[in-house]
Parts: sequence; C-alpha cells; structure tokens
Amino acid sequence: MTDETKKKVEDKIVGLVKEYAGKKRFKPIDIVKEMEKEFASEGLTKDDIKAALKEIMDEEKLVYGYAGGSFLALPENQ
Amino acid sequence: MGKKHQTPLLDELKKGKWISFVREIERAAEKSERTEDLLGQVEESYRDKVNHWKHGGMAGVKSYGAGMVGRFSEFPDKYPGIKECHSMRIIPSAGFFYNSDFLRKLADISEKYAGGLLNFHGATGNIQVLGMSQAEAEDVFQAVAELGFDLGGSGSDLRTPSCCAGQARCEFANYDTMKICHDLTEEYLDELHRPAFNYKFKLKFSGCANDCVASAARSDLAFIGTWKDKIKINQDEVKNYVKKLNVQKYVLDKCPTKCMWFEGEKLVIDDENCVKCMHCINVLPKALRSGDEKGASILIGAKAPLVTGPRMGMMLVPFYDINEDAKNDYEWLKGLISNMWEFWDEYGVSRERIGELIGRVGLNTFLEGIGLEPIPEMVGHPRSNPFIKFTEDED
Ligand code: HEM
Ligand code: SF4
Ligand code: SF4
Repeated sequence: MTDETKKKVEDKIVGLVKEYAGKKRFKPIDIVKEMEKEFASEGLTKDDIKAALKEIMDEEKLVYGYAGGSFLALPENQ
Repeated sequence: MGKKHQTPLLDELKKGKWISFVREIERAAEKSERTEDLLGQVEESYRDKVNHWKHGGMAGVKSYGAGMVGRFSEFPDKYPGIKECHSMRIIPSAGFFYNSDFLRKLADISEKYAGGLLNFHGATGNIQVLGMSQAEAEDVFQAVAELGFDLGGSGSDLRTPSCCAGQARCEFANYDTMKICHDLTEEYLDELHRPAFNYKFKLKFSGCANDCVASAARSDLAFIGTWKDKIKINQDEVKNYVKKLNVQKYVLDKCPTKCMWFEGEKLVIDDENCVKCMHCINVLPKALRSGDEKGASILIGAKAPLVTGPRMGMMLVPFYDINEDAKNDYEWLKGLISNMWEFWDEYGVSRERIGELIGRVGLNTFLEGIGLEPIPEMVGHPRSNPFIKFTEDED
C-alpha cells in the first residue's frame, strides 16, 4: 500500500466518523469490512485497512469509545 | 484509625480462618482514601444484592482500544474517591511467574496512582491494577511499560491468552503451555490491543485434561494436552498402591470408558478406548504416566452464560502435533486461526461468539469455511441430527 492510498483510506474513515458524529457509532469491524469493499478495486487487503486504522489511532485522529462494544469516536467528543 | 464508613455486612466476611478480601481492602484503605470509599460502596452492594458500578464510559490509554475496564460509581457524591474506579489489565508472564522486585515495583505503582489494590489473575488471567481514574491511566501505563509489561485484552478483541504452569511445575504437562501462550500473545498483540472482532475471543492452554485454566469451559479455542500412544505402567508401583488403596473402587470403577482391569495382579489398559481423562494418572501418579507421543486436543466454542447461555468446547482437532508445529513457528495453527477469524468476521453478527456462530450456521458450514474435514470425533452427541444424507458409495 502506498502512502498515498493509505492517506486516502485514513481520510475516508475519519471523514465518515466526522460526518456521522452523534448519529451513528461505527464499530471497528464494520468500518474495516466497508473499507475492504470500497478499496478492493485498488487491491487493498483487510490487513492494509487495519494498518491504516492503527495509524489513525496512533496519531489520535480518532479514539476508541466503549459502550457494550468498541466504536470509533472523535477525540474532542470524548 | 476510625472507619470512614460502617460496614457490618463486610465485617461478617472477615470471620473464619481464611484470608478475606475485605481485610485486604481495609489494609489498602489505611493508605488510600479512595479505597475507604470503595469499602462503603461494596457494603451497599452486599445490602442491596446488586453492584453499584456503572459500566462503560471512557477509560483507556492512547492508541489502544483495550486494556482498561471503566467503572464509575453510582454514588459519586457519597463516595467521591471512587467516582472513577477503573481497572487496568496487564498481560501476565506465561505460567504466572514473577520475581519479588517486579511485585514490589508493581505494588508501588498501584499505591502511587491507584487504590493500592492488585488482582492477581482474575478469571481473565490478567494482572489488574484496581481503582484508578482516567487522569492517571497514562502514568500507570508508562510505569508498567518500563517494567517490561504491556496491557491485556478487553472488549471485542482477542483476550489475554492464558496457560497453566505446564512443564515449569507440573509432571503431567504434555506440551510446553508457556511457550505457545507466550509466542501467540506476541504474535497477536494488535488483535489484543485494537478491538476489531464481533466479540471477545479467548485462547487458553492446559497441559493435560485436568485443565487447570478451565479452557474447555471458558475459551473459544482450548488446547488440552494429550497423548496418542499407550499409558506407561509401572506394575511394581501398581502393587504398592493396591496395598494401601482400593484401586478397583477408586480408579478402575471410575474410569469413564471402563477400559482398565486386572489380570491377576497385573493392571491392563485398553488404550484404544482410553479417552486420556487423567483420572487414573492423578490417583496413581507413581504407577502411571502419559505416553511419549504427546500433543494437544483443540476444542472450539466454549463460553460463559452471557447472551445465549453457556457452552462447553466441542472437539475440533483430536490430536494437534504441537511440538512439530512449534518448530515452524506454529504455521499450521496460525493458518487455522486466521481462517476462523475470517469466517467469524464474515458471517458472525455483533456480540456473537464463535461457538454461537457454529451453532447457528451448523458445524458442516463452519468446517467448509475454515477448510477442515469433518471427522467422527467432532460428533458431540450421536444421533442428534436426523438429516444426515449419505451418498451412494457410503453406507
Ligand atoms: C400441515 C402441514 C405440515 C405439517 C404437519 C408438517 C410437519 C412437519 C414435521 C413434523 C417436520 C419434522 C420436524 C422435525 O424434524 O422436528 C417437518 C419438517 C419439514 N417440513 Fe413440514 N409440515 C407441514 C407442511 C410443510 C410445508 C407446506 C412445507 C414446505 C413448503 C414443509 C417443509 C418442511 C421441511 C423442509 C422440513 C424439514 C425441516 C428441517 O430440515 O429441519 N412442511 N414438517
Ligand atoms: S492442566 Fe495438567 S499439566 Fe497443566 S498444571 Fe494442571 S495438571 Fe499440570
Ligand atoms: S486416562 Fe481416563 S480413560 Fe484413560 S485409562 Fe485412565 S481413567 Fe480410563
């Protein structure tokens, strides 16, 4: 996965969480599945998506929330 | 020191000669105001017969989505010290061995940042530092990391794998439980720290069927040490036991498959029918030993009662040659686990454990999905399925 595609995946995930903030809670497993479909044509695998998600978390663009199960949240909302 | 809260019900639990968790919490409370408040709330829980924690809420460390369990008091005004009372899970050493230096330092961390309470290996197998607030979490994490330890699993992820003391302490161990537990924990750290499953997934390793980590009842994938060849019999020792013990009554009659008998003074075992339950070896350890072809049985699908009721593990792989696979860095096993997780990701629903998924889609579908051939040992209850279809060349 090139840095460029990685950035695209990251932006897409963060964008989704921002767009639906307060309306929908994205579980990591659902996001990974959705992105897998979305970027399949670019040859990305589940591991690539997971790596992108890991980077998002390490850079604290998103954080994990928890309410009976984990979900992705914006840092400022936690 | 006067008690901050009256605790008549908890005081009952200090009576008797056994160690009491109440006494230990009281000792910690001498140094920690927040732990004093903990005593007050626990007293109310005993009175009301419910716990007074609110679950969930934010508790965690940077970039990980697991390792901390958030607990908030229902009565923050009455018990301000435990307004937040989170626990941090720490991966134990395989087999639970520590030196005194580590224990002392961990105790210091707990006193400095949390309630002075530690839980050594609750049902999850983790070490837990109890009673911290979110503001202290990063400091505790840093301090623990400096001791060379990392956070364990929680939420919808791989939970901290755990194992019995195995070959380090126990002559019954049929494989190195600590090695596989340690190696797979290292391999799957991301799966532990970054929840991306439908629900929890547990790996537990017991060296024999005594199953000291209760893997058959508590883990989605259980590894139970076993052997393929014959039980080794020392007939002289058998004779010694016969002198002091009713071997017929306590051993032979209790063998689940009744595959042992005496021919004169000689003990005979029909190993073909032995299910490696360990009973006879437990009672006659000097006379009986497991065989030389050692490995593990892999069971799948056990879980506690939550959501759909408890399940015991089902036989998936009767004999896994763990020692051989260890030479290849567990390549075969990792492939199997990866196939399972793929299938579970694809077809499982939220909060569905893998055993429940198998129950829902059927074992055949699951086996096809993960690429294992069905074999008779997988049948848990004979004749439970009237819809088996035979093809022409079978009967
Ligand atoms: C008055 C009408 C019916 C009665 C009394 C009846 C009764 C039964 C019974 C007793 C069974 C066995 C259940 C078991 O093994 O526990 C069964 C199975 C079955 N029935 Fe019916 N049935 C009726 C109508 C139908 C109709 C209209 C269809 C299809 C359109 C149908 C399709 C099936 C199928 C596919 C099974 C096998 C289910 C399985 O594999 O578990 N039945 N039925
Ligand atoms: S499970 Fe078996 S091998 Fe492991 S500690 Fe218990 S008795 Fe020993
Ligand atoms: S291990 Fe269990 S099944 Fe096998 S001979 Fe001993 S008691 Fe019987």
